Amino acid sequence: MTQVNHFIEIHGLKKTYQSGDTKVDAIKQMDFSIDDEEFITIMGQSGSGKSTLLSIMGALNHPTQGKVLVDSLDLYSLTTEQRADFRSEYIGFIFQSFQLIPYLTVLENVKLPMAVTGWTKKLKDRMAFEVIDRVGLGDRAHRLPDQLSGGEQERVAIARAIVNKPPIILADEPTGNLDSKTACDIMMLLQSLNKDGHTVIVVTHNPGVEAYADRTIRVRDGECYA
Amino acid sequence: MKLHNISFGNIKRRKGKMLFLVLGLVIGISTVVTLLSITESMTRNIEQRLNRFGANIVMVPKSENLSLNYGGIDVGGVSYNVREFDQEKLANIRTIKNYKNLSIIAPKVLGPVKVKNKNVLLMGVVFEEELALKTWWHKIGGVFPEKENEVMLGSQAATLFGFKIGDAISLLGKPFKVTTILKPTGGSEDDAIIAGLSASQKLLGKEGRLSMVEISAFCQGCPISEMTLQIAEKFPFAKVTAMKQAVMSKMQSIDMFKSFSLGISLIVILIGSLLVLVTMMGSVNERTREIGIFRAIGFRRGHVMQIILLEALLLGIIGGILGFGIGNLIAYGIIPLVIKDGMFVGINMNLGVISILMAVALSLLASLYPAFKASNMDPSEALRAL
Repeated sequence: MTQVNHFIEIHGLKKTYQSGDTKVDAIKQMDFSIDDEEFITIMGQSGSGKSTLLSIMGALNHPTQGKVLVDSLDLYSLTTEQRADFRSEYIGFIFQSFQLIPYLTVLENVKLPMAVTGWTKKLKDRMAFEVIDRVGLGDRAHRLPDQLSGGEQERVAIARAIVNKPPIILADEPTGNLDSKTACDIMMLLQSLNKDGHTVIVVTHNPGVEAYADRTIRVRDGECYA
Repeated sequence: MKLHNISFGNIKRRKGKMLFLVLGLVIGISTVVTLLSITESMTRNIEQRLNRFGANIVMVPKSENLSLNYGGIDVGGVSYNVREFDQEKLANIRTIKNYKNLSIIAPKVLGPVKVKNKNVLLMGVVFEEELALKTWWHKIGGVFPEKENEVMLGSQAATLFGFKIGDAISLLGKPFKVTTILKPTGGSEDDAIIAGLSASQKLLGKEGRLSMVEISAFCQGCPISEMTLQIAEKFPFAKVTAMKQAVMSKMQSIDMFKSFSLGISLIVILIGSLLVLVTMMGSVNERTREIGIFRAIGFRRGHVMQIILLEALLLGIIGGILGFGIGNLIAYGIIPLVIKDGMFVGINMNLGVISILMAVALSLLASLYPAFKASNMDPSEALRAL
């Protein structure tokens, strides 16, 4: 039997939180893989461990046990700073409730991930305007986040996530704070990003999102089920 | 977009907090500047007062005899010393290393003259220098001598001979006019006739010769003992003596003020640093979420530290400039109130540079721990604290 290398591989994953004297198993046991350019939704109720899973895949959260391989890179054998570089290069996060920096303009928020690169200002501007146009906010580039609607803020968050052209986009409840029309637009946008070659992983409890994905991984009580 | 854009943006957004932090620095720096200015002004003030005590370096010809005079009482037995200096060589004093610290140089020629069959001491002086040095010389009327043929009498001499202002006096057959009489000083001049230097030299037959030189050298912490040695080197035949007492007391008072200021400054700076530390710590805690985002989108720990230390640097510069300005203003306002006859000595630009450097160092040092804490935040924890 030949060994197939997947883009993302999760092996024997376990995550336990210590809360006072009690231990909480956020993730009991998980094994799965995701291929390059897949669009995956991870479905589960709140408290099922799906957000923990997302943070572990995003090299933000050390698992108690198990391995996460991305592009054959064992994430948690890297040093803290190497993991930061990994996130910069591989991951675009779209956080729940957008998480924009309130004192920076749309343009500056989008350019934020490039602040630690050695690229020229010209290149940064070009790349930022490219993605701002892509998410349809070309005329809002110099506004502050609180001057934008929820849907627009979500688009800024997406623009920020893709500006570095990371291969993986991780989205945590991207439709959580949006009305259904806007939610639909956002999912279409994520779908088109997937078509452009990004691997998109969306964590959600909204069954309506499933329709956009190639595949759904269901999570319950810290475990995957079919 | 660079890291400093984030620092600028944060400072602009949290004006209130940042103002508080700058205030901590301003309090520290302005206190130091104020105290230093006051110390400086006190030093000048003391110097001026000590200056009024007259010369602090005296140069007389070397003598092989011992003086038989104590406290103005002469027990006799020793004739006037005949050795004198060349007046020409006096200019050499101005060539010593610390020549800038010499303020008054008062040369004198001394010798006996006969008036009404009595021996009396004739002091030949350069009036301009002598009067600047002996601020306790007060005349009872008339004017201080200006011309070659004018003299001034000590109070005792005037009483003894019965001279009044405007009287004519004959010295070794030459006519002079008494233009004024000194009030009693308790010093040797009470018994003397004081005339211009060149006229006295001619009368005494000591043209181009000097009997002694009194020197006033006062300045902030100038090395009087060293200057004494420097002068002695130029005049091998002279005995150069420093009036140690005046110098020592001056040094002691200045040192006391300095240690006092240093102590107070240290305490205030400590309080200022604590204020910076607490404010920065609060700012970092408030920004937990933000720092979580920075870390999630790929900022290294070092980048987060850079952002916070850059803020500290900027605020340090602002705090230093403001503290220096305010410190000078306070000093300007307060010095006339706390020091009698005190005056603000002016803005010291070197102190300005030191103030800014100190504020920056303080701000960076006090922000080091908050920055370290921020950079070590677990990004997943930070993002969960939403």
